[in-house]
Amino acid sequence: MLVGSFFVSDHPSVRISADAVAKVARLARLDVTPDDIARLTSQLDGMLEHFADIDALDLADVEPMTQPYPLVNVMRDDVVAPSLDRDEVLAAAPAAEDGRFRVPPIIGLEG
Amino acid sequence: MSLTETSAFEIAAEVRAGRLRAVDVLDAHLANVAARESEIHAFNTVTADEARRSAEAVDAAVAAGRDPGPLAGVPIALKDNMCTRGVPTTCSSKILDGWKPPYDATVVELVANAGAVVVGKTNLDEFAMGSSTENSAFGPTFNPHDVTRVAGGSSGGSAAAVAARFASISLGSDTGGSIRQPAALCGVVGVKPTYGTVSRRGLVAFASSLDQIGPFSHDVRDSALLLEVISGHDPLDSTSIPQPSLQLLSELDRGVKGLRIGRITDLPGGSEPEVDERLSEAFDALAAAGATIVDVELPSMKFGLTAYYLVAPAEASSNLARYDGVRYGMRVEASDTNAMYMATRAAGFGDEVKRRIMLGTYALSAGYYDAYYGKALKVRRLISDDFARAYEKADVLVTPTSPIVAFPVGSKVDDPLSMYLCDVFTIPTNLAGHPAMSVPFGTGAHGLPVGVQVLAPTLGEAVMFRVAAELERGAR
Repeated sequence: MLVGSFFVSDHPSVRISADAVAKVARLARLDVTPDDIARLTSQLDGMLEHFADIDALDLADVEPMTQPYPLVNVMRDDVVAPSLDRDEVLAAAPAAEDGRFRVPPIIGLEG
Repeated sequence: MSLTETSAFEIAAEVRAGRLRAVDVLDAHLANVAARESEIHAFNTVTADEARRSAEAVDAAVAAGRDPGPLAGVPIALKDNMCTRGVPTTCSSKILDGWKPPYDATVVELVANAGAVVVGKTNLDEFAMGSSTENSAFGPTFNPHDVTRVAGGSSGGSAAAVAARFASISLGSDTGGSIRQPAALCGVVGVKPTYGTVSRRGLVAFASSLDQIGPFSHDVRDSALLLEVISGHDPLDSTSIPQPSLQLLSELDRGVKGLRIGRITDLPGGSEPEVDERLSEAFDALAAAGATIVDVELPSMKFGLTAYYLVAPAEASSNLARYDGVRYGMRVEASDTNAMYMATRAAGFGDEVKRRIMLGTYALSAGYYDAYYGKALKVRRLISDDFARAYEKADVLVTPTSPIVAFPVGSKVDDPLSMYLCDVFTIPTNLAGHPAMSVPFGTGAHGLPVGVQVLAPTLGEAVMFRVAAELERGAR
């Protein structure tokens, strides 16, 4: 991936570029207009500037904390039990056919 | 006293004893909804017909000699990010338009089995992302104390529904302060329990290492009652702590004599002067009741905002990947699946949700993970360690809930950072996984409610409620 080149800032005070925002929008599966990109670039840049307050901290020996309570994975017994009704679940889908979710072609312009 | 001013505790006692009918309690609350909902907009859906059937069932049970449970006939409102079978659950987002869940959240089952009567689903910031309930696809919720001002958020609808006496009690979710801050701004009690004490099965996920369900009520006792009902182990939630439900009602009259109350000497500044004055009076009230005030330092607290606004969006960007127009909600048709995903998500999500998905995706992306997300997880550890040191010296900590009282609608919507700053005192609790609650404590600027926050270590709800009950007595 050419990630690096997408994130090069064209000005030292700018923390995120419009090209980077466009790239992130594609990763996040969000259609964005040029106006969206301009606005998001400015807002994200302001946030990242504020978030630079932690850059001064010495974190080299700090263990990352991913969850607040020390729990381990719980395994249930592998037995058949009632689950959600298939027809009821499919009734909530935008499109369903033959007991399955229906989607547009998977291979297309941006596959 | 009118039926809408009777506490949930008293309603349940009277209904169970056959001296009060659940349908009469419901009608009194629905009359308030009819009178003021158009100016408050607390609800996305009012479930009047279902509520009437539930209330009639409660009354029939009492008449037949059966006990409907500890919330018998109590009208309750549910934040619209909790799944309710057959009743729309929108998260105040267009992307879930029309979705009716095929199951009830565990908390919904628990309150119904305890005899509570669900009056409706309350408005929120879209997917609980916000501090004012202005980021709702269905429009803002307005503060019952002043309808030109916000109710706080993200559980603004649940706070306003209780403050306006549309419901006796309600449930919200708190990821960075989303129960406590609207409780403070609306002048009601709001509790964020220890991470893992209340099941999240059926709560639509925002940030999974932070989200927790908790109660709103008019007084501390009603929140204790509701939290006793909804807490406890749920084998269907893998983050649920394996322990029995909390016992809190017995703690409320124990007083605070001998307890050590921590005052944070390096608390981030910038609060309104009246908020600082109420905090000072809260310490005076606790000291007068026999507690010892001790000074503690939390040097990392000021970095909580940064850690939170990197961790929460990162988790959200992953959780919200499921909204892709395939299994539920809306779809924008397109020529191929990827184009359909992108068009659906662009049309279905609001600006704040998109902003956080973008921020989170960026913080997790190759080359930036260590600089942002990884660093935020380390700051989270520093904050947790700071709390651990503070709780060696103090049994609880007391701070303001919000640095400011309810602000005018529209005054912060174009400035996300200034909105985020509303959560400076509430966010560290979520990062550490601890319990904390907001108790109304007098008024501030413009005569608007001020909330004082009581923080406790993991599973410290009992001592937290003791102190909250004392603050409530001190505020009277």
